[in-house]
Amino acid sequence: MSAQASIIEPVAFDVDAVRRDFPILSREVHGQKLVFLDSAASAQKPRQVLDAERHIYEHEYANVHRGIHYLSQVCTDRMEAAREKVRAFLNAGSEKEIVFTRNATESINLVAASWGRTFLNEGDEIVISEMEHHSNIIPWQFLRDEKGIVLRIAPVGDEGEFLMDDFAGLLNERTKLVAITHMSNVLGTIVPVKDVVRMAHDAGAKVLLDGAQAVTHIPVDVKDLDCDFYVFSGHKLYGPSGIGVLYAKEALLDAMPPYMGGGEMIRSVTFEKAEWADLPYKFEAGTPAIAQSVGLGAAVDYVTGLGLDAIGAHEADLLTYANQRLSSIDGLKLIGTAPGKSSVVSFTMDCAHPHDIGTLVDRAGVAIRVGHHCAQPLMDRMGVAATARASFGLYNTRAEVDVLTRALEGVREFFG
Amino acid sequence: MFDELRELYQEVILDHGKSPRNFRAIADARYHAHGHNPMCGDQLEVFVVTDDGGRIADVSFVGKGCAISVASASLMTEILRGKTVDEARRMFDGFHEMCTTGADDPLAELPEEDADRLQVLSGVREFPMRVKCATLAWHTMNAATKGIDEISTDDGLGAG
Repeated sequence: MSAQASIIEPVAFDVDAVRRDFPILSREVHGQKLVFLDSAASAQKPRQVLDAERHIYEHEYANVHRGIHYLSQVCTDRMEAAREKVRAFLNAGSEKEIVFTRNATESINLVAASWGRTFLNEGDEIVISEMEHHSNIIPWQFLRDEKGIVLRIAPVGDEGEFLMDDFAGLLNERTKLVAITHMSNVLGTIVPVKDVVRMAHDAGAKVLLDGAQAVTHIPVDVKDLDCDFYVFSGHKLYGPSGIGVLYAKEALLDAMPPYMGGGEMIRSVTFEKAEWADLPYKFEAGTPAIAQSVGLGAAVDYVTGLGLDAIGAHEADLLTYANQRLSSIDGLKLIGTAPGKSSVVSFTMDCAHPHDIGTLVDRAGVAIRVGHHCAQPLMDRMGVAATARASFGLYNTRAEVDVLTRALEGVREFFG
Repeated sequence: MFDELRELYQEVILDHGKSPRNFRAIADARYHAHGHNPMCGDQLEVFVVTDDGGRIADVSFVGKGCAISVASASLMTEILRGKTVDEARRMFDGFHEMCTTGADDPLAELPEEDADRLQVLSGVREFPMRVKCATLAWHTMNAATKGIDEISTDDGLGAG
């Protein structure tokens, strides 16, 4: 949903009520009210998520998918209910297509190790982009070094925009996979992934979308996108850490060998051989993150309850306001100004290194991230060693943007 | 605003951070190394020239960094001139200990003037995330004198 749409059709979004759901937001840091602008790194958790995890440990906990006793059955039902919530959240066709992992990073590594090792050969090409997080670079470099595949890099423009024509020029009959972010964690750029998928499919390539940032800001429909793989982490979606998701089309998961071996992922085992369990359990060796999956289900409920369109409109307003306020600061340069971007604001200041900015604004209670944001190739592309980054979530307010702005003006006076 | 940060960012640090001394490359330096702080992406190169008697005749640095790391590098280049390589390494040990443990005595063996100058960086002890900024140039100098071309603050050359 665009910012304009939110103006034409105001959506009820009670940010004060939302904030009351997040206990941590009432705390102070260095004697100042916490202003948490680091949700792109990891988001805070609403009471509903905390309660769900606590409830399962206090009342329903046992191991899943194996016990015949009552609690094991209840807990299994809870975990599978969470899987169904994630399925609906992504509009996947079947729960078999929802694999629980530790995080988006593990999901990508799973695809690289299982699908990549099995189906890619020397000379095959994988297209990634200049704005990938290291988690969508390194697994493919492993594969390159092991199998002799070729990595090709789709460039971004000076505003941080995804250059569609350049991307199209990289596709050819050797392209077997396009692994690309849905939304940049540094620039906020939203990649037109539906077009990317269509073009990649036309070239005969599969598509993996890194949705770690995007799922918290925009509705995702994997059927509509027609992507082959979609990955995200629970902890950025206001859910627990330690739980992530790999969506993949069923036929792909069927054809892929297991990623890890152990309990849970087998049907039968002898010392000579083993038969794999059905999907998605084939990819879930060992005792899974049980309570975390239930917490993720609660987080999905929370976000869908508020509505991603309403959340997106609220965040678009914050982004517009932040751009306007920060642009008024002398010597501040915004990094990443692509049209239609989402609510991540990277910047540099001529008077201070990002690290110094981070240390100073922290004293004003403002939590921002500084550094390379696990995207060093993108830093090189944008010609900076590091940036400061304020990222906005559903609980942030214009008043918090004001606190950030005042703190940055303070930075300017301090180093000016 | 930020008055309580004056302990970390003393005037000397702001001055050296803004106008670093000996900020230049030296061709054919006897010792040279490249230092990297992976946490923030900061990179420094340190150059050390020794005379026939083994004393440091010239020392310089280039690179990018925050106010703390640039100021620390700048101060280091001023302090090391005239010292022997062994003395420089001992100063590194003392400085490193001051930054990580907060103790003042590590500097006790140093000439008072040098100790006073290094003391201005002792504020980092209250900021564990910034200790590597203060020690990057020193780690790099120490590595250079041992013939190591490249170091990272994550290489375990001392915690911090």
